[in-house]
Amino acid sequence: MDEVFLAVILLVDATIRVATPLVLAAFAALYGERAGVVDIGLEGKMLAGAFFAAAVASSTGNPWLGLLAAVAASVALSLVHGFACITHNGNQVVSGMAINILVAGLAPTLAYAWFHQGGQTPLLPASARLPQIHLPGVEALSPIPIVGPIYREIFDDANVLIWLTVLVVVATQWVLTRTRFGLRLRAVGESPAAVDTAGISVTKLRYQAVIITGVLTGVAGAYLSTAHGAGFVRDMTAGKGYLALAALIFGKWRPWPTLFACLLFAFTDAVQVRLQGVPLPVVGVIPVQFIQMLPYVLTVLLLAGFVGKAVAPKASGIPYVKER
Amino acid sequence: MPDTPTTAPTPPALETRGVNKWFGANHANRDVSLAVPKGTIHGVIGENGAGKSTIMSIVYGYLPADSGAILVDGRPVAVKSPRDALAAGVGMVHQHFMLVDPFTVLENVLLGAEGGVTLAAGMERARAELVRLARDYGLEVDLDRPVGELPVGAQQRVEILKALYRGADILILDEPTGVLTPQETDHLFRILRALREQGKTIVIITHKLREIMELTDNVTVMRRGEVVANVRTAETSKEQLAELMVGRKVLLRVEKAPARPGPVVLEVSGLTVRDGSGVERVKGVGFSVRAGEIVGIAGVSGNGQSELLEALAGMRPVAGGSVRLRGEELADRPGLFNAKALRGLRVGHVPEDRQKVGLITSFEARENAILGHHDDQAYNGRVLMDRAAVLSRCEAEMEAYDVRPRDARLRAANFSGGNQQKIVLAREIERNPDLLLVGQPTRGVDIGAIEFIHKRLVRLRDEGKAILLVSVELDEIVSLSDRILVMFDGRLMGEVAPQDADERRMGLMMAGVEAAT
Ligand SMILES: Nc1ncnc2c1ncn2[C@@H]1O[C@H](COP(=O)(O)OP(=O)(O)OP(=O)(O)O)[C@@H](O)[C@H]1O
Ligand SMILES: [Mg+2]
Repeated sequence: MDEVFLAVILLVDATIRVATPLVLAAFAALYGERAGVVDIGLEGKMLAGAFFAAAVASSTGNPWLGLLAAVAASVALSLVHGFACITHNGNQVVSGMAINILVAGLAPTLAYAWFHQGGQTPLLPASARLPQIHLPGVEALSPIPIVGPIYREIFDDANVLIWLTVLVVVATQWVLTRTRFGLRLRAVGESPAAVDTAGISVTKLRYQAVIITGVLTGVAGAYLSTAHGAGFVRDMTAGKGYLALAALIFGKWRPWPTLFACLLFAFTDAVQVRLQGVPLPVVGVIPVQFIQMLPYVLTVLLLAGFVGKAVAPKASGIPYVKER
Repeated sequence: MPDTPTTAPTPPALETRGVNKWFGANHANRDVSLAVPKGTIHGVIGENGAGKSTIMSIVYGYLPADSGAILVDGRPVAVKSPRDALAAGVGMVHQHFMLVDPFTVLENVLLGAEGGVTLAAGMERARAELVRLARDYGLEVDLDRPVGELPVGAQQRVEILKALYRGADILILDEPTGVLTPQETDHLFRILRALREQGKTIVIITHKLREIMELTDNVTVMRRGEVVANVRTAETSKEQLAELMVGRKVLLRVEKAPARPGPVVLEVSGLTVRDGSGVERVKGVGFSVRAGEIVGIAGVSGNGQSELLEALAGMRPVAGGSVRLRGEELADRPGLFNAKALRGLRVGHVPEDRQKVGLITSFEARENAILGHHDDQAYNGRVLMDRAAVLSRCEAEMEAYDVRPRDARLRAANFSGGNQQKIVLAREIERNPDLLLVGQPTRGVDIGAIEFIHKRLVRLRDEGKAILLVSVELDEIVSLSDRILVMFDGRLMGEVAPQDADERRMGLMMAGVEAAT
């Protein structure tokens, strides 16, 4: 009994750790898309964030400077995206894709040039990684059944970025529904002409949105290389940017359902890791490749069948040109 | 500067001086100077493309002027964006509503005037203020409903509320009655008069001379970008205004000989149609249209006419009943009963919504001129399209229908509403259909063009074609139709001969009160 319980708790813990970058990326995209800017370049921005976080943390030994560098790099890419799509009414998918391809090539190249380790950054020591937060009273609570293990395994020693992500989720919900910025953001994704005629700059609003997208993807990248992992590895985002977009659609562009979708994807991923090499009843040991497919198969199934009609913000993906 | 008809002791509430605006080579506003006295309702009329919307968009800061000045209460103001206009007390209700559909009425009003970083306090204030405005001016709307769910009349009230909440003293309305039912129009006019009583100044653009005569104090007439006259409404007449607008005498009635109906072309019986959400909108309708006659379907919008027309045009599946074209059953044959096949069966369709259904507004006029006919031999070589043939077809149609500007390469979005409508009409009529389905043929169209379109439809009838006309304009139905059917709540209330169609009787039938005897 106890062992099963502990296994479940560990699974939940793993889910949270895997979900964190997904949630950050999905919420990053949420800001953009609610404002009408589709960002398929999450993947590239996250990767850039991961690289710069690891590179700076490795050279300075300071993970916070790494985080800052990650955010700066990702915001810079966001501004490129904004310049192409908002200022010049370019195609948002093309621009996003260009960023993905650019970073996928550039990051390992820079890593190779700077660190000479085959496109990776050196393994980071604990001091150069973002810290975990130790909570008080773990010892005291430990003997208490259920609450004790949950507190110890899930809440204690969670990475600082996990807590930050929780904050982002709650704040997003609040910003979107309760603030002036949120109202305008939602409006500009539905009907930019209405925003324009209300005397608000569509361009400015959309830039603000993509900057937020940049900040959050930067943090997601830093999480991958300096919190969850200990250094940058080529292609370390492994499609998480796309998965985050899928979660956003599955969540119908709303904060709580999007969070739920991310957790679901992360959960299948955590299960997937535990199923590798484990013999199952009837089928026996399933080849690793099939198990690794699980989250993606789930994505396709969910998006194809269970989401119902997902209604995107009406002006999402469409540049705003004054016209009758 | 043209003389101002009313010599007001106070400076005019709104004045433009020598405003010019170019769209490429198109001189849309030429030295436009007009003055609107304070506390009056001011009409602006003119043909399609005369530049009415353009000058008002400039006043509202939505479009930049190339030269000229704008004065509010005698003071020059620099309007670079709608924000500046709003700050100067100018509000505008656009021809196409500027609303966020999923937002509630309250949120729509609040947008841009939130009154703080968070919404809560502003919401309370706005709610109280809107209740007051609703009471004072008869602007009732349910504040907590999403605007997308509201009927157009109510959406328009939301637009007015938005402007008033922002403190507008001058309210510009661009063709506000184009989409309204007669009842909604009356309601709107009551609101506008109440606003005038409170000292607000109102500018209204419309194509309907009856409304100008009924509502306004002064009128400005525009033609081809210029102001051609400023007159006092009390000192003019419909006929004079029409002549000023078009530059020649206009026939305000339709002249037509009695119909000589031939064989039945379209026969519908027991037809039911559901809308996208499964609600039955057409409930067992039956009628027939013969060659050489125009059958008009009258009714307040939203009573199933749109769905009926769409179903007959093959754009919406029928849920039951029978539809026969020249005796051939279509209802259970999806292979024949779709937009493409129907075109082959010589059925033309002028959709009610020209912008969303009739045209691809981001395509050029010439591409729009062959929409749906793009597979025709005439426009295709062995592999590639014959672009020269497409172009010459479009140019010929533009010439015949007097589409302005006469530029087949201009994107459809950049034509004024009336000219867009002519492009669609030309495409459908010039294919010489046996049956023409027409929805709202003259919505937003100027009187010169209305005269033309009406004549064209009558000629098509006289050539022995069958025409089914759906329109919310009662005048149009009565003057064009040979037989009138009145639709209410998805059912036909009965048939009326046009000579018996007086306003009261039709009104009652359209309200579902009385069936034809
Ligand atoms: N964004 C634009 N780009 C290019 N040309 C335009 C644009 N907007 C308007 N025009 C042109 O400017 C002229 C004036 O248009 P405007 O919309 O002011 O006419 P209008 O008087 O409001 O006509 P309507 O009664 O049909 O609404 C037209 O010839 C139109 O084609
Ligand atoms: Mg106009």
